[in-house]
Amino acid sequence: MSNATTANHDDHHDHHPTGLARWLFTTNHKEIGTLYLVFSLIMFLVGGAMALVIRAELFAPGLQLVNPEFFNQMTTMHALVMIFGAVMPAFVGLANWMIPMMIGGPDMALPRMNNWSFWILPFAFTILLSTLFMPSGAPASGWTLYPPLSLQGGNSLAFVILSIHLMGISSIMGAINVIATILNMRAPGMTLLRMPLFVWTWLITAFLLIAVMPVLAGAVTMLLTDRFFGTSFFDAAGGGDPVLYQHIFWFFGHPEVYILILPAFGIISEIIPTFSRKRLFGYTAMVYATATIAFLSFTVWAHHMFTVGMPLGAQLFFMYATMVIAVPTGVKIFNWISTMWRGSMTFETPMLFALGFLVMFTIGGLSGLMLAIVPADYQYHDSYFVVAHFHYVLVTGAVFAIMAGVYYWLPKWTGHMYDEKLGKIHFWWSTISVNVLFFPQHYLGLAGMPRRIPDYAIQFTEFNMISSIGGFAFGFAQLLFAYIVWKCVRGGAPATAQVWEGARGLEWTVPSPAPLHTFDTPPKVDDSVTAHKDELS
Amino acid sequence: MNDTAQDKRKQPLGMLVGKLTGMAVLMFGFGYLLVPLYDKFCEVTGLGGRTGDAVVEQTLSGDVDYSRTVLVHFDANVNSSLPWEFRPTEVMMEVHPGKLYETTYFAHNRSDRPVVAQAVPSVAPGQASLYFNKTECFCFTEQMLRAGETQDMPVRFIVDPNLPDRVDMVTLSYIIYQNEEATAVLAAAD
Repeated sequence: MSNATTANHDDHHDHHPTGLARWLFTTNHKEIGTLYLVFSLIMFLVGGAMALVIRAELFAPGLQLVNPEFFNQMTTMHALVMIFGAVMPAFVGLANWMIPMMIGGPDMALPRMNNWSFWILPFAFTILLSTLFMPSGAPASGWTLYPPLSLQGGNSLAFVILSIHLMGISSIMGAINVIATILNMRAPGMTLLRMPLFVWTWLITAFLLIAVMPVLAGAVTMLLTDRFFGTSFFDAAGGGDPVLYQHIFWFFGHPEVYILILPAFGIISEIIPTFSRKRLFGYTAMVYATATIAFLSFTVWAHHMFTVGMPLGAQLFFMYATMVIAVPTGVKIFNWISTMWRGSMTFETPMLFALGFLVMFTIGGLSGLMLAIVPADYQYHDSYFVVAHFHYVLVTGAVFAIMAGVYYWLPKWTGHMYDEKLGKIHFWWSTISVNVLFFPQHYLGLAGMPRRIPDYAIQFTEFNMISSIGGFAFGFAQLLFAYIVWKCVRGGAPATAQVWEGARGLEWTVPSPAPLHTFDTPPKVDDSVTAHKDELS
Repeated sequence: MNDTAQDKRKQPLGMLVGKLTGMAVLMFGFGYLLVPLYDKFCEVTGLGGRTGDAVVEQTLSGDVDYSRTVLVHFDANVNSSLPWEFRPTEVMMEVHPGKLYETTYFAHNRSDRPVVAQAVPSVAPGQASLYFNKTECFCFTEQMLRAGETQDMPVRFIVDPNLPDRVDMVTLSYIIYQNEEATAVLAAAD
């Protein structure tokens, strides 16, 4: 495999701008991946600060710190920033860095478009965040932007919609690039069923992005024309129907939640085999389960709107379709557990985060099953139980998987080992505090506390205080994460090419740090180097 | 440099990108296609409480089911931007399926200028909405009241004898909105 590594390519890549221009004009997948990841970390801290405003206000009943209008802006902006600014760009950054190296390709298929996909994002989020300083304030109707409420705010809605369009264009271009790279840039011998699972999950995610981001663009364009150009898509006075918006939005929104979790499944499927020193159990089943989840995600959108009203037959269909998703998801969970079975396990930080993901994502999945039950949903709908559910799947699910991935690949990116002791402190601090933060919210929801409300009845005080304390502890733990990453970039014990004893796959055959250009000469691929082989076939 | 990596199963990059872009454009169109699809779905299922279009009296069969009584409630809501009083003159009515009834809604323009309004009807429960037929309704057209004017606006309706047995109560509700454009045209004409 030594022929796969590259030494020096200055002879045909000699025009390297330096300083700011290097980052503005780069078309290198590794540099763009770094840009995405840094951007994502900044947005994660910005969105986290907004969450802390929410938790500070909810520390005690009554209105203390912010007025209700600003509170609503915080809940809305927190969600938009975290979903579109933190989690999605983090996955695209990981895809940029890892997919070409994992499939033995020299770069992404469309490097100039790659540059553009990234550089749209800072402008999109500058526009979105600038609405906080406009006279009519930021959007305050929840990230779902349901009409009629979203149409009753100020003119800043136009800026919000423009920024959502820009994010959508960036995502779609990124997705086209990922598909083109995976289908066209694989090294000889890297057949589809030899690809690492992270590549597979991203291929499927990219198709989901192309299918649903345009639907969101259509929905917000209808909001825009309803608000400013006299159309009546959602205005009952003109013959429209606000419920129609909810259907269109969730037709996008439900596949979107799988966009936020499928790449996480891919990361976990890389990490668990490495630290179990076994190949992934049931590789083919994992690929098919991922594709099944993606397909089913188009058939369940109305479970977000059971209480809005629909025929009994529709409620039954959406309830059962939702529950069916637990089957392929269960296949994945059990395959991960089977991978660890009788493995020689060690517990470095990436593995700790992967195991944390496994346990806590399952908790979020089970509360999701509870929410799928129509009569139960009538009680849980729009309560803190829902907040607890989706934070378990998105924070201890998606975000923990991203952190696991960052710790796992950081030595490959920087050439240094991160500080293992600090990494473990970060894991335990985060895991304990995130449960203090979100677990009590289940009880609050079951007791009847509604979401998106700045004040509450006094019987909810203790659980809210506990939750807020957990929130601040979790928030500050992430500053430690930023410090660990910074420290690892600056220096540390040198990393070997393979980094982890049990790591398999093409990305571990190039030196650490990975040189700017890898696999200019395609490597030869067979089952001996791939990370996965289905042990049953 | 990577020509050797190209093999036959891979399609040309331009064609692949073109297909994927086309898919994104089609899905944008699909978002808009959901609007008429939803409309059709509501029309077929009665979802959203939409009543059927105007029915011509002569086409209705004369069979009146005197053995069955259905309670019809009347409800009215006024959008906050409309300076009108608007309410049903009768709150409820006992009707026999198949028989034509008439009731009125009282409207009063409390402002000092002429205002055009439009009412939007809705029937609950949803499974009854397809069986609630109106032969005449002020909701079919724009309504104009001069400053201070009052008017009783008629609704003529028949409950279809095929109304499912388990339904014994139907609510007809109206929300009346200001028609901003027509009101502005009226003001300009004065």
